[in-house]
Amino acid sequence: MLPSGTYNISYSQDMAIVRTRLQWAVLVAFLVALFALPRFASGHVLSILNGIGIMLIAVHGLNILTGYTGQISLGQAAFMAVGAYTSALLTARLHLPFWLALLGAGVSAGAVGLVFGLPSVRIKGFYLAMATLAAQFIIPWMFIHVRADITGGVSGMVVPPASLGGIVFKSQESMYFLVMGVAVAMTFFAKNLVRTRTGRAFVAIRDNDIAAEAMGINLFTYKLLAFFICSFYAGVAGSLWAHWMRAINPDHFTLMDSIWYVGMVIVGGMGSTLGAILGTTFLRLLSELVMTVSPQIGRLFPFLAANILAALGPMLFGLVIILFLIFEPRGLAHRWEVFKASYRLHPFAH
Amino acid sequence: MTNLLQFLITGILVGGVYALIALGLVLIYKSSRVFNFAQGDLVMLGGFVTWTLLAQFGLPLWASLPVALVLAWMVGLLVERLALRPLIGQPILAAVMVTLALSYFFKGFTILLWSAYRRVFPELVPTAPVKLGEIVLSQHLLWTFVVSVLAFGLLTIFFWRTKTGLLMRAAAEDHQVAQSMGISVKGVFALTWSIAAMVATLGGLLLGSINGVDPTLGAIGLKAFPAVLVGGLESIPGAMIGGLTVGIVEGLAAGLIDPSLGEIAPFLVLLLILLFKPEGLFGLKRIERV
Repeated sequence: MLPSGTYNISYSQDMAIVRTRLQWAVLVAFLVALFALPRFASGHVLSILNGIGIMLIAVHGLNILTGYTGQISLGQAAFMAVGAYTSALLTARLHLPFWLALLGAGVSAGAVGLVFGLPSVRIKGFYLAMATLAAQFIIPWMFIHVRADITGGVSGMVVPPASLGGIVFKSQESMYFLVMGVAVAMTFFAKNLVRTRTGRAFVAIRDNDIAAEAMGINLFTYKLLAFFICSFYAGVAGSLWAHWMRAINPDHFTLMDSIWYVGMVIVGGMGSTLGAILGTTFLRLLSELVMTVSPQIGRLFPFLAANILAALGPMLFGLVIILFLIFEPRGLAHRWEVFKASYRLHPFAH
Repeated sequence: MTNLLQFLITGILVGGVYALIALGLVLIYKSSRVFNFAQGDLVMLGGFVTWTLLAQFGLPLWASLPVALVLAWMVGLLVERLALRPLIGQPILAAVMVTLALSYFFKGFTILLWSAYRRVFPELVPTAPVKLGEIVLSQHLLWTFVVSVLAFGLLTIFFWRTKTGLLMRAAAEDHQVAQSMGISVKGVFALTWSIAAMVATLGGLLLGSINGVDPTLGAIGLKAFPAVLVGGLESIPGAMIGGLTVGIVEGLAAGLIDPSLGEIAPFLVLLLILLFKPEGLFGLKRIERV
């Protein structure tokens, strides 16, 4: 629904994402605030935001695959690992510049994603979840056992800081600008991708793959393309993660992380770019809340104190996902739409 | 040669446990078309419950097993009623995610009640290994295998010889037809979840008696996934054969090629199966044409 007084009188107006002066003002204000934040925020807040920014990139990718194309993937963290290791190897061992490593990480993760996306041509649903689950076990295993001399095996690798044109991103603050810059660019790309011919083909496949094929959409090409894009995003996120943490090992990319990413897509709202942002922020802040609240609960109930920190996170995460699936399967993004619509209609009911 | 035989037999014995867990998965999938990613965590939960009854309360096995099974039955009913039933008819991703979320929930719940360290069971079976010629077998594994096969046999008889079993098979065949014949399909869903939880508890007891229980035991469920897919998601005998196959593949890969390869060998098999024969050995082939 459009704000009142806004009409479409040309195609370009009809397609525009930002439509009114107010929306422009809000967008610009948001971006200014985003990039001015490091002046006011502490290092701890910045590190949380960096984490959110990096996860957001991975979740955007997963949202394109799961939310728009309807293919399930439980291997996003493994594809992130591929990106992280590629980037680490390219910069630490081959001394290539960071921007090249970032691209290389995306492409190599995309290529691995293609391999594990291949079964999607024949299978769907649970079976596809299984195939990507296999990726989640095979890929970290390979980093540990195949050529442990270059990947460092279980102990992992040390990664040099990212540097672009003479600037070295060593502190949380400088990393913040890099992460947010990439995250904004990737969000922009994701938002626009789904409005193109390719994006519409993805949606058609999600809604009914047989009908989509009958309409001339090549399922093979588009499903694999969706897997490539999804894993490309994961690879870029992995690369940033590696240069942010400055040390990686296969334990950083577990099945649990993959499930978290799917959870973020669901909580935010599948098939919505805004949803990816909302879901990532919501769940990440929730786990931050658990960290701060657990010791207080432990003080109130001393007999639980020893376990509460490790227990509360998974329990709450599971509960939140189940509640969202049952009561708001369209996620936070849908809630936001409902809110906007009622705001625009106020004081009328319809 | 002896080595080969040793690995093969150990693999078969371990495969028996996988088969038992796979059975729980197949039951739920057959009746409700939901793949239960939380089956391994039900195993873990069952293991902890039986441990509490055996070691904390000091009950004998003949008393604690029935109590644990009744508790598992209630857990199964609760899970089905609270988490699964509201999602009937939702897209497949919801069904995948709800069981994954349940798996998280159980993990957290177990840590909350029992904390994260390993608990060792009191000795139920003598630990001395049995020797068959040159092959050494652990008595634990042997008992585990026997109990798994027995449970499998009992459930098979239940499905084919009792009226309730007939209802469950009818509901698995077609929900609408079963419903119109007066079968409560929702009741069948609840029943399958409680049977699966009971089977998982039995698995938890068996596995726990070998190595003790800790929250990582839930990962055993992941090993059963390849077993189910090898056998075919809808086939109960398939679960047995799939479980044994995965056990053997794992045993041989770990023993003959590289010990660490054992961890992922089942998943390599899984990928191959998915690429070339997605319906598994005994599953139903669904044909969709444009």
